[in-house]
Amino acid sequence: MADEVTLLDFWASPFGIRVRVALAEKGVKYEYSEQDLRNKSALLLQMNPVYKKIPTLIHNGRSVCESLIIVQYVDGAWKDKAPLLPSDPYQRAQSLFWGDFIDKKVFEYSKKIWTTKGEDMEAAKKDFIECLKLLEGELGDKPYFGGENLGYVDVAFVPFYCWFYAFETCGNFSIEAECPKIIAWAKRCMLKESVSKSLQDPKKVYEFVLELRKRFGVD
Amino acid sequence: MAEVKLIGTLASPFVCRVIWALKIKGIPYEFIEEDLSNKSPLLLKYNPVHKKIPVLLHGEKPVCESMIIVEYIDETWQQNSLLPNDPYERALARFWVKFAEDKGVSVWRMFRAKGEELEKTMKETEEMLQTVEEHGLGEKKFFGGDNIGMADIAFGSVIYWLEVIEEIVGERVVFEAHKFPRLHAWIKNFKQVPIIQEHLPDWDWMVAFGKRRREAVLASA
Repeated sequence: MADEVTLLDFWASPFGIRVRVALAEKGVKYEYSEQDLRNKSALLLQMNPVYKKIPTLIHNGRSVCESLIIVQYVDGAWKDKAPLLPSDPYQRAQSLFWGDFIDKKVFEYSKKIWTTKGEDMEAAKKDFIECLKLLEGELGDKPYFGGENLGYVDVAFVPFYCWFYAFETCGNFSIEAECPKIIAWAKRCMLKESVSKSLQDPKKVYEFVLELRKRFGVD
Repeated sequence: MAEVKLIGTLASPFVCRVIWALKIKGIPYEFIEEDLSNKSPLLLKYNPVHKKIPVLLHGEKPVCESMIIVEYIDETWQQNSLLPNDPYERALARFWVKFAEDKGVSVWRMFRAKGEELEKTMKETEEMLQTVEEHGLGEKKFFGGDNIGMADIAFGSVIYWLEVIEEIVGERVVFEAHKFPRLHAWIKNFKQVPIIQEHLPDWDWMVAFGKRRREAVLASA
């Protein structure tokens, strides 16, 4: 029986992009279904009743929710190609740790950069840069967090690259000036089709962020 | 076999999860008690990013974040498996582990809150319980099926500590049996699993210790 895979997603979501990159790395054919987050579909509510969020993956009728859980699922369900997590338990634990770090710290601080102003925003910028510096340390001299190839941490982090322009413009700073290794790593990732075809145009993302700022009353 | 050490405190629900996993697997370990008001060089060396407990040391290699440690233990010592083999079942288990992590915070917040803030955290806790009651267990005895698994360990600490915290706070009880029959049956079964029963922090000690801590926290707020 052929696999039926559907991804309920939203074009700009870095969490959704994680899943798109993972599926592309594995060469999985799937149906992409753009969701209207202000008017959630019956399918989304049925497949993700707990959070009602994207991304939600539907594989042969069964749903998997939460982006990094989906990435781990994709890695396990399509084992033959492009392993994303290391097989060694200690290395796996380190990958899971940094994925968790990106969710807990990097994402939270980056959100504050474009949703706050003044002192709050400056504090968020500082925290965000500190996180990126920690990630630079973790990357070291490796081409990717996963070593010679893209891995779980690369997939977890690289989608934020297409949001960097929005962070930089809202926050009036240059990420490259502070963390050149991160930018070099991101550009290296973008040479891969799985990444370049999945990430969105940073200018479009920035326009979307401006819309959100208006909606949330930030501007 | 390399030595296993666990850096933590006895009153921590996060440390408890790791202890349960180690005991289920029958792994001997040395417990290193940490003073959180005066963090040791050892803790700062092995968890420089978060500076938090628990930290597992396997030989010289540190693993941080309680449920990541539990997963590491499960993969390193394969007896008494805590996760199913099937990728979909694993994804479901991980989903509920993450839910316990993300939503369990309302329980920790209850401990530190009073007045309006307390009422708010109690409502959030109620919502969390409602979701698990409706969507989490189904007809299963445990999240892991007939035996406890990772999601049971993740929630076990949240719900046991919720019961203790409700006793400490002494306001209206959120976790009522008639509202959450499945969860009540589940936590009863969980606490009766021999390994868990042997390694549940003592109720009276926790309540007494917790009452003193809560007074101190509210006084300094």
